[in-house]
Amino acid sequence: MNIIKFRYIYFGISLLVIVPGIIALILWGLPLGIDFTGGSLLEVQFASGQPPAIADVMALYNEMSTSLADISNPLVQPVGTDSLSIRSKEINDALKTQIVAALKDRFGGGQDVTIMNFTQVSAVIGQEIAIRAAGAVALAALAILLYITYAFRGVQHAFRYGTAAIIAMLHDVLVVVGVEAIIGHFLGWQADSLFLTALLTVIGFSVHDTIVVFDRIRENSNLYRRVDYATVVNHSIVQTLDRSINTQLTVMITLLALALFGGASIRHFVIILIIGIFSGTYSSIFNAPPILTVWENKEWRNWFRRKPKTEMI
Amino acid sequence: MNRRQYKWLFLIIPLIALAIWVDLSKQITIPNPFNSQTSLINRNVQTQLGLDLRGGLQVLLEADLPANATVSSGDLSVTRQILESRANALGVSEVVMQVAPPRRIVAEFPGLQDPEQVIASLQQTGLLEFVDMGSTPVAAGTIIQTDYGTSTTSTITTDTPATTTEAPSITPTTDPSATPAPTETPAPTPTIYHTIMTGAALNSVNVQAGQLSGFVIAFTLKSDSATMFADFTGSHINQYLAIVLDKRVISVPSINDQITGGQGIIQGSFTQDSANTLAIQLRYGSLPVPIKVVESRSVGATLGAESVSRSVIAGIIGLLVIIIFMGLYYRLPGLIADVALVTFALICLMLYKLIPVVLTLSGIAGFILSIGMAVDANILIFERLKEELRAGRTLRQAIDLGWKRAWPSIRDSNSSTLITCIILFWFGSTFGASAVKGFALTLALGVGISLFTAIIVTRTFLHVVLDTIKSTEHPRWFGI
Repeated sequence: MNIIKFRYIYFGISLLVIVPGIIALILWGLPLGIDFTGGSLLEVQFASGQPPAIADVMALYNEMSTSLADISNPLVQPVGTDSLSIRSKEINDALKTQIVAALKDRFGGGQDVTIMNFTQVSAVIGQEIAIRAAGAVALAALAILLYITYAFRGVQHAFRYGTAAIIAMLHDVLVVVGVEAIIGHFLGWQADSLFLTALLTVIGFSVHDTIVVFDRIRENSNLYRRVDYATVVNHSIVQTLDRSINTQLTVMITLLALALFGGASIRHFVIILIIGIFSGTYSSIFNAPPILTVWENKEWRNWFRRKPKTEMI
Repeated sequence: MNRRQYKWLFLIIPLIALAIWVDLSKQITIPNPFNSQTSLINRNVQTQLGLDLRGGLQVLLEADLPANATVSSGDLSVTRQILESRANALGVSEVVMQVAPPRRIVAEFPGLQDPEQVIASLQQTGLLEFVDMGSTPVAAGTIIQTDYGTSTTSTITTDTPATTTEAPSITPTTDPSATPAPTETPAPTPTIYHTIMTGAALNSVNVQAGQLSGFVIAFTLKSDSATMFADFTGSHINQYLAIVLDKRVISVPSINDQITGGQGIIQGSFTQDSANTLAIQLRYGSLPVPIKVVESRSVGATLGAESVSRSVIAGIIGLLVIIIFMGLYYRLPGLIADVALVTFALICLMLYKLIPVVLTLSGIAGFILSIGMAVDANILIFERLKEELRAGRTLRQAIDLGWKRAWPSIRDSNSSTLITCIILFWFGSTFGASAVKGFALTLALGVGISLFTAIIVTRTFLHVVLDTIKSTEHPRWFGI
């Protein structure tokens, strides 16, 4: 099995996923939840089992909106069959009570309207969390880069291993954020603090996976000193392939169980994890080790020549 | 060589027994053998569920000061204590309040369905003033200005306003001598009244049923204030005294006699609830730092219960499928890894109960991910084991080499996960983002425990089983 030989095909597959994601990010942006933008999220359940039409709820909010508390044009989404989630600008407790009372009077059908969830975040906090989250990711990347450079100090160019692992990690971050932007645009998903947790998990898993493959390269490059670097890398990937697939399988099993049987409140989280962890395994096999080869051969010198290099290995 | 492995059994077996005992009990008690009345250990080890699982309210409070003002950690922790006593006095049970430096406090009220009253009561600064009204009373409910610092940031540390310096930007007094002796009657401007004493002078506060109807708040004064109050009431008979809370007049009794005993009653149109709330505010004083709510999350109890049962079911299904997969694919070592995996789950649960770790949805997700990483360590080892067997080594050699060769990758991959966990935990702590924090904690614990179970438990059991069956060459049992 020669994975390194087709490295540009695998890079191409990655780009096929990442580029649409980036376009979606530029066109629509990442739909941020109130955890990052500030505002209120009210989830109400209608005991009658018949939640009102979305337009009716929007009309109610527009009616109750004042210049002091502007809650006009909320984002209303159905949750399950009997609940609605309503996202608006910040509302105070008195206004919340009024809104729930009005929902019960007009749309309750004589039955109770229960608050399942009420979240309120001020705009300042949200921005701060978003900024600090980016800082946390950068810090994690730096710490991991340093750790890998240290752990691989026995091999030549230890720094390359850390950098390649970080590039693979960024690949997974871009896949996750891009997919979130696309799905978010069409299904109305919003990135909340659980999304952030999922993203950070993917980062951890991605590096975890990459290190296992790199560990094999580290070991083999000491064993086969005479052999061509690309061959060593390829051999290492093939040797760890069983492990990569099996680990991927077991993690996917638990995540699929969570997605299928876990509550609706974490489904978004779990789906993002599934995408990210799949991407993490992909990048640890098809991106990170080939990057080492590209770097070793300094192939970027040939990228813009008219004739492609005839021998790829 | 194998004897060396056996010593681990003395750790593993008691640990499993202990884990099962803790996991199955709600309360662990070890009686004191020398004194039957006391017990050595008596701990509640019920699993603690987070608000998203049991329902409740989480509030993130922030010091309501300009962004450039620094909040001392002492002030913040005093604020937390006062808030906690207020919340506890309201009858809310199991309130958890944590300081999230530099300027925030996370408050959690499990099982609370109607949070408005709690938040309102927590936010009150509760500055009580006894104000000299002279001979013309104002109506209850009026907002007045007093010569006591209206800056809510000032700490009430003095019994009399005499030593309080005013914040000039907030209440400019026309009186140049801003420090009048408390017994003197200054010449107040029409809108600024003189404060005789503040809530800090109170010794005790009680709610009593009123003589005619409703409820009143009875108070006693500290002895030095009582003397001062006696002097004041003695010289102001037939004038009015206003009782003012947060600059709002509650009641304006007239002074009929000199009050010498240092006792008094605040009347107003109180219900039992509002009297209780006010008494709590008076009793626990004002906050050193004003606070505001910047984030609140409430989760209904039914939603939480549903999430718990569903996540547990999902976890069990996931675990079962992995156990079957490992047994089918890796045969004998796989089955032993399954035993190690169950040990892993038992120890995790025990630690969650003992530490205790408050389990949230994302915490459960962290646990499930750590199952994946625990399995990964065994997969790494078994793949190496198979390679060594294929290379023609004997089973014993292969087992030792398999563990030895897999170790660097297990160490480095788990270290990087731990690094991520530490950064996540720090990130979660600074924001009171308990979801992130819970995830990082369970994942880090899981990674740590999995290193023990996947490496030591699996290896020890494998040696024990191999010695028991007395067979050294059964490659099929190893999935080759």
